[in-house]
Amino acid sequence: MKVTVERAALLKALGHVHRVVERRNTIPILSNVLLRADDGGLRLKATDLDMEVTETIVADIAQPGATTVPAHVIYDIVRKLPEGAQISLEVSGDSTQMVLRSSRSRFNLQALPESDFPDIAAGELPHAFAVPPGDFKRLIEKTQFAISTEETRYYLNGIYLHAIDGDDGPVLRAVATDGHRLARIEVAAPEGTAGMPGVIVPRKAVAEILKLLEDSGDAVQVSLSPAKIRLDFGGVVLTSKLIDGTFPDYQRVIPAGNDKTLIVDRAEFARSVDRVSTISSERGRAVKLSLTDGRLTLTVNNPDSGSATEEIEVEYEAAALDIGFNARYLMDITGQLDGDTAILKLADPGSPTLIQDREGAAALYVLMPMRV
Amino acid sequence: MANAAPDRGFLCRDCLNCGPVPAGARPRCTACGSPRSLIHPERDSLAIAHIDCDAFFAAVEKRENPALADRPVIIGGGRRGVVSTACYVARIHGVRSAMPMFKALEACPDAVVIRPRMALYAQVGRQVREMMRALTPLVEPLSIDEAFLDLGGTERLHGASPALTLARFARQVEEEVGISVSVGLSYNNFLAKIASDRDKPRGFSIIGRAEAQVYLAGQPVGILPGVGRVAQERLARAGIRRIGDIAGRSLPDLMRIAGNDAQRLAKLARGEDSRRVEPERAAKSVSNETTFDTDIAALEVLEPILWELAEKVARRLRAGGIAGRTVVLKLKTRDFRNRTRTVSGLAPTQLATRLYAAARRLLVAECDGTAFRLIGIGAADLVDGALADQGDLADSDVVREKSRETAIATLRERFGDTIVKRGISLRHATPPAAGGRRSDEGGEG
Repeated sequence: MKVTVERAALLKALGHVHRVVERRNTIPILSNVLLRADDGGLRLKATDLDMEVTETIVADIAQPGATTVPAHVIYDIVRKLPEGAQISLEVSGDSTQMVLRSSRSRFNLQALPESDFPDIAAGELPHAFAVPPGDFKRLIEKTQFAISTEETRYYLNGIYLHAIDGDDGPVLRAVATDGHRLARIEVAAPEGTAGMPGVIVPRKAVAEILKLLEDSGDAVQVSLSPAKIRLDFGGVVLTSKLIDGTFPDYQRVIPAGNDKTLIVDRAEFARSVDRVSTISSERGRAVKLSLTDGRLTLTVNNPDSGSATEEIEVEYEAAALDIGFNARYLMDITGQLDGDTAILKLADPGSPTLIQDREGAAALYVLMPMRV
Repeated sequence: MANAAPDRGFLCRDCLNCGPVPAGARPRCTACGSPRSLIHPERDSLAIAHIDCDAFFAAVEKRENPALADRPVIIGGGRRGVVSTACYVARIHGVRSAMPMFKALEACPDAVVIRPRMALYAQVGRQVREMMRALTPLVEPLSIDEAFLDLGGTERLHGASPALTLARFARQVEEEVGISVSVGLSYNNFLAKIASDRDKPRGFSIIGRAEAQVYLAGQPVGILPGVGRVAQERLARAGIRRIGDIAGRSLPDLMRIAGNDAQRLAKLARGEDSRRVEPERAAKSVSNETTFDTDIAALEVLEPILWELAEKVARRLRAGGIAGRTVVLKLKTRDFRNRTRTVSGLAPTQLATRLYAAARRLLVAECDGTAFRLIGIGAADLVDGALADQGDLADSDVVREKSRETAIATLRERFGDTIVKRGISLRHATPPAAGGRRSDEGGEG
């Protein structure tokens, strides 16, 4: 194999693929990135066995071939080479080493053969559709925070992506929950989503997808089966296994009959929650919301450090109510809302609360109260 | 320092008479003639006590059945079981705690073997503990039958020195409860415990400040808390067998031998122990385990046993108003290796189904053909029971399961344990009533 590439192109591609590679690996080949030079250019691929990312870049191919080298090492080398550099990659003879040259720099990298490199992308993906990049970003960005890290409920360790008939026609919907809060976002269903299975995209893939979306302006080509999902961002392709489990019936826990409506200025509310929660020493301390006619009092009590209270003007006409929430969760959710206002629909201090930026919004959040 | 006045140097443990020490090598009480005296220069200046009931389970059984008084009695169960407690008569024949039952019966063929009646022992243990609490609020129970007491500052209250209060207590337990205790009195926990062990049964031993280090120097290192078989071997390899050998080593030297424990050992060897008597130590875990008559390797045989243990743990969690966030599975293999597996970070639970589900997942991974002789399940990382099984956005089944288990518990309370059973516990090859297993109540303090 002998190829010459622009530093910028190689750096960008390595930047995309090397993140998949775990820092510590018991299987040596999983530390490596696969480099394959052929007619189409130079293809890079990295995997952690649950997901793989591939990207093809333009290269001057003098001699086709393939090898694998340590991903983080080659990424660091390319990163440190000067801007505008031309980089040549060459494997010759016994192929146990790859030589990387650029101007007066020369690196010999230990290589492992391509034949040892695992391939998880195989298999048919019968469902395919294209999602506008902004839509996909919304679906993921606004639900990601609610993904559970609890290993015993592994089926919550991802975003549940599924097609469903919404109030205004078919939608593509993303749901995530850790049991304490739930985020549900939907976008108009793209052509081809009808009949797709509901899938749970694991959190590591979600984080990668979000980063790859930042560099991509094109529509995302999605194809999936019940076991795998592939996203083509135009040049970069991510393939991930899906979580093999059943996502709970989230529809049941979205409150429909909450009759106490609280409307707040979103930014003011978030700042107030943030301020009063300063007094709590640990994350997850409850903030008490005391509601009376037109007035909301936020209180945090910390037996170790003191207490904080703040009053804000709100729209609230229902019966007086005291309810506690995890301050962190409240801020997470208000941080995801779009508009200037936030609508909280409450029932009682023991029941889940519904939070949206406006009635019927495409983004919907459910928050469990805390005892205060 | 309130050293014993010369004319009250003698304290009789039988009639509690105080007076000058009578002449003679083994002075007897001038009032009742008893030789059971307390004579020690620091007797009335020490306040930390360790009280340990003598052969507790056996003593309770002998109290219940006076015909057993002079017979060798062994508490323990099953052909495969081990000796839980041996009375002092059985100990004369060489029977020891934790000895396999068949060996115990070889040593003492006419021993009366009694299956443990934990509920009874717990009730007697509670009675003794209440009597301790009448002496001082600073009672730190170590187990069902032993505790540390800090009697500092109780002289005015009881109108007596701690030593006299304790002697009175020991006599009171014998009269009111019908079992005997041994008392150790010193200036810290660990010496008090060593003292109580020195003079069993019906003992009362004192280790004073002046003599502590000299006394310890001649003792084997194994009497120090936390120095078990492995540590003993490691110390012995470095030539340390007696506590005096520890005191003779420099700290850096000791650190090379004992690692992180060096500092603590050096302090103990000097007779120093900074632990205080901490009352009301909350339980850290609740567990139940059982030893099988014959080893079991099959998952489907272990499952119903695990389920019944989970039910017991759940019942105790409910009774204690606590809930666990960690589930521990304990297994002991045929060759006595322990396997402990843990899953933590669960939503607080006191439901048998939840405990069982978590433990079963762990069990499945361990069932690789290995034959086990013991299985146990525990709940740890305990929190307030009010937080248990609330359910959340992703788990609505738990609330229904909670009312189901509560209903079953109510039924069992009224009609007995066998009124309702889950299908899984009917999977036994032999009904449990036929005595397939020995059950040990667990529960670490």
